[in-house]
Amino acid sequence: MKILSAWLRSYLPDIEISDRQLADDLTLRGIAVEGVFDLGPGNGSLFEMDITTNRVDAMNHYGIAREAAAIYDIPLAPLDASLPAAKPARQSFPVRIEAKDLCGRFTARVLRNVNIAPSSGDVTQRFALLEQKVISNAVDATNFVTMAIGHPTHAFDLDKLEGGIVVRRARSGERLKLLDGTERTLTIEDLVVADEKKALALAGVMGGWDTMITPETKNILVEAAWFDPAAVRRSSRRHGLHTDASHRFERGADFAAAPIASALVSRLILAAGGEIEGELIDVIVPEMAARTIQRPAISLHLREVARILGKTANGHAIDAPTVERYLTALGVGMQKAAAEMYVAALPSWRLDLEHEIDLIEEIARLHGYNRFANTLPPFAGSVTELPWAAKDTALRRTLRAAGYTEAIGSTFCSATEAVTFAQQPNSWVPLGNPLSEEVGCLRPSLVPGMLSMLAHNLNREVDDLRLFEMGTIFSGGTERVQERPSLVVGATGTAIAPHPLATMRDYSFYDLKGIAEELLARFVTKSIYFDTFPASTGLMPSWLHSGRAARMVADGETIGFFGELAAPESQSRKLRQTVFVGEFDLERLFRRSLRAPIVRELSRFPAVVRDFSFTFSDAIRWQQIADALTLLAIPEMRSVEPREIFRDKKEASGQYALLLRAVFQAQDRTLRLEELHDWARRIFAALMELGGQPRFPLELL
Amino acid sequence: MTNQDTWPELPGYTDDILNKVFSHFQQWLNADLEGVETEDGREHLRIKWLGRKSGLLKQINDTYVQKTPPEFKKNVGHRFNAFRQSVEFELDPKKISKRTGIAVETLEQLGGGQSKKVVEKSVIDITLPGIRPALGVEHPLIRTMQEIVRVFEHMGYSVGVGPEVETDYYNFEALNFPPDHPARDTQDTLVVAHQEHKPLRDRLLLRTHTSPVQIRTMERQPPPVRIVIPGKVHRNDAADATHSPIFHQVEGLCVDENITFSDLKGTLDHAMKELFGSSVRTRFFPSFFPFTEPSADVQISCIFCGGKGCRKCKHSGWIELLGCGMVNPAVFEFVRGKQPAYDPKKISGFAFGMGVDRIAMMKYGISDIGLLYSGDMRFLEQFA
Ligand SMILES: [Zn+2]
Repeated sequence: MKILSAWLRSYLPDIEISDRQLADDLTLRGIAVEGVFDLGPGNGSLFEMDITTNRVDAMNHYGIAREAAAIYDIPLAPLDASLPAAKPARQSFPVRIEAKDLCGRFTARVLRNVNIAPSSGDVTQRFALLEQKVISNAVDATNFVTMAIGHPTHAFDLDKLEGGIVVRRARSGERLKLLDGTERTLTIEDLVVADEKKALALAGVMGGWDTMITPETKNILVEAAWFDPAAVRRSSRRHGLHTDASHRFERGADFAAAPIASALVSRLILAAGGEIEGELIDVIVPEMAARTIQRPAISLHLREVARILGKTANGHAIDAPTVERYLTALGVGMQKAAAEMYVAALPSWRLDLEHEIDLIEEIARLHGYNRFANTLPPFAGSVTELPWAAKDTALRRTLRAAGYTEAIGSTFCSATEAVTFAQQPNSWVPLGNPLSEEVGCLRPSLVPGMLSMLAHNLNREVDDLRLFEMGTIFSGGTERVQERPSLVVGATGTAIAPHPLATMRDYSFYDLKGIAEELLARFVTKSIYFDTFPASTGLMPSWLHSGRAARMVADGETIGFFGELAAPESQSRKLRQTVFVGEFDLERLFRRSLRAPIVRELSRFPAVVRDFSFTFSDAIRWQQIADALTLLAIPEMRSVEPREIFRDKKEASGQYALLLRAVFQAQDRTLRLEELHDWARRIFAALMELGGQPRFPLELL
Repeated sequence: MTNQDTWPELPGYTDDILNKVFSHFQQWLNADLEGVETEDGREHLRIKWLGRKSGLLKQINDTYVQKTPPEFKKNVGHRFNAFRQSVEFELDPKKISKRTGIAVETLEQLGGGQSKKVVEKSVIDITLPGIRPALGVEHPLIRTMQEIVRVFEHMGYSVGVGPEVETDYYNFEALNFPPDHPARDTQDTLVVAHQEHKPLRDRLLLRTHTSPVQIRTMERQPPPVRIVIPGKVHRNDAADATHSPIFHQVEGLCVDENITFSDLKGTLDHAMKELFGSSVRTRFFPSFFPFTEPSADVQISCIFCGGKGCRKCKHSGWIELLGCGMVNPAVFEFVRGKQPAYDPKKISGFAFGMGVDRIAMMKYGISDIGLLYSGDMRFLEQFA
């Protein structure tokens, strides 16, 4: 909104402050001046304003002048709304408000024998500075008055009216051609200003075409009314018409300003000739007046002012005279009702003031926020962290230490992705008003977002990637949306940073499995296993390669799925290298407590390493071997791990050679050769039980 | 001295066995070298060990290395190579010189008895880049969010979180947004589909701020309350350099007896100094939010120019950073149904909120908000 400093000064005879200072002082009081532009000698400045939506009273020159008067404690000039004497009318102009719930006040004034001419004086001069187009004295007058005092008015060509004014709901399907030339079909929720025959204007939004002022207009009806904010907002929105008038009415215009606005408009029109016929017709709906101009006064307690605002920079609460001065300057009628209490009559132009706290805010605002002290409240409570904050941190730290970078992806995905990645069918959550089809659903999984981010990088020749995201996934359909915390890990490219002296190796399933194990190792678990199912069972996610993916289970609960991305997913996203991805259910994982390190006594006795080399059929998995060795229950066997696996590359033998290494150590003694030999024999037996063929005889160990 | 010319058995390929075998040959070599005094003798030894057809090295290779099963070849092979280099170093330095480019003199200076490892170490190209371990990087938003949260934790604030899909009630109604407030418009808020049959207050939407958590927290616990709420929020904004439908906020709420506007000012002034440095100043302007009254926007003195004016602060010396205010009594009235202790006549409080994205963008000079949500490694690795 544009404001002229010279126009403001016309209402502030005693002001001595520079334009720039005025702009700063207004801004610090919440009447924000965003820009100050010098208009040249004698013209003052143009203020570009940003007024918050609750302060419709300050969206005009007089309202801002009132703020300035309050800030500097100087007088605000009264408006001159005097009019020449009216020629008596044979009968007063008929005005009827039928929609009493939507229109609170309607004033009509008849002007006869007017002269439609170009504007002059203040109107042309100020419009020029504001770069506002001049049209004619009658039309400009209504715009000028809106800018001056913020109350929209309308001028009808009286001779186009058929009978008196009726303010009513539109009839369903009723048509009205508006000033902008468009023809609108109305509904019964629209409020119209009509005559006995037809709708004339969409009340509070825009006038009608047929009754507009033309150069031939001789007689005018000046409308100044008060319409219900919600009614104007509904009409304005329904018809997509946001006008200067609707902007003000829907934020709450000044109920008391209608007669003044009417007078100011009439004065401007009559300056070029013409006369008033009859007195002002002023129809008021009492229920609406009670809600606005006559709303009850509220009490203001000084104790409450101090309780909410605290101390000013000088160490004291704001005192009574200051409170009284600020609020009086804003138009609040201050009546001292008790020692520490006022009864405050609320100004008609401030419908935003309703409660005691609103007045307290006005006091703080006018005093200037920065003139209050900076104090710290005493505190005697305790700080509680989120129950899973430490678990969150542990996961993040583990992942970062392992070389994974945190990313934040989109919360949304397409319907196709929602179907593919939802954990249960028909559980996904579509949006009612998505930005586009591709982001039409809430993500049921973090995987599609991770794939997009991997693709984003691959498309930019960044090929070695390790990313993770922790975030919320959504399911349950649109009736009751469920949210779960989830973790996705995605990787592709080499496993080791390229270096001329390092052996390169591609990222593999086992790298990802290592991460899964490492994540799980942060938590207390009783049992962990990994398994997989053939694609035909439908037990593995379809986006994973059925032969190169696994499920992670802890204490009987599925914690996550991970592995190589299935080829169709990879192809549809045009990923040009193998991608590994895994998603983990953090709600389930976080049911476990974090593992607290407990140190075991280090043995003072030597450890003995024994290697075993066996050939196995491909059907035997490592887990079976490990389980078989665990079943031996040799407490001194500290660890047993696969060291090397060899498969003949030339011919598929259906077999593989396995070198496994066991480490034995006792806490209380040096191991004897006989017991070592006994354990080796049991291990041999267990492995042969699984069909393993020893590559060297037991005696050589 | 060992029985030099025996050929040990190789009963297996464990490290122990292999070490034993190769140390046997090393001792054999050492003994031979000890006994030689003339150049002729040296030449004899060279032929004995390095002879092409029947040198001992060749025999060791044939006897052990060639017969090793493939899965152990690596283990045996590297021990054999190490031993071969040691033989060459002592008896034929020219060979090493040819392979490595190191002058024979240098090798001779290093002298006999030195193991080949020392040689190798002494000649590496230390200007080659190091093999750097891949370190994961913290996301700038997570980092900024945690920095903010930590400041308030030190001031006695607990951390609160809440759902990202909220009801109209918690996102708007209980925060004193009137039913037809523009923010409720679907142009500003992303809504879940198929909600029309529900009463307005039960309709599901993506929270537009983390403020619903304030209501949920107060419903759960009586005053005093001090919480700080980090979280992801969404608005129906098409993406451009400064707008994203996804962004992050940290909000805070402090409710107790006798919490004042000057406490709000002091708290935020202190927090901004903790966050951006003790020389930072704050400035409060009246603003308007339905859930606070009085409401304020807070600016901090520009952290780049200290307030003198620069490009980052649009030459104003100030940067707008926070919205805040005293909790509107109307909000307490909504909560009171579930927690009667929130009587606005007895308690008071303040709330504040800030955009994490904006702060991160300002701090790190990020010009496009979309980068924060792209997963672009070239962008993220800069935060290492
Ligand atoms: Zn600056």
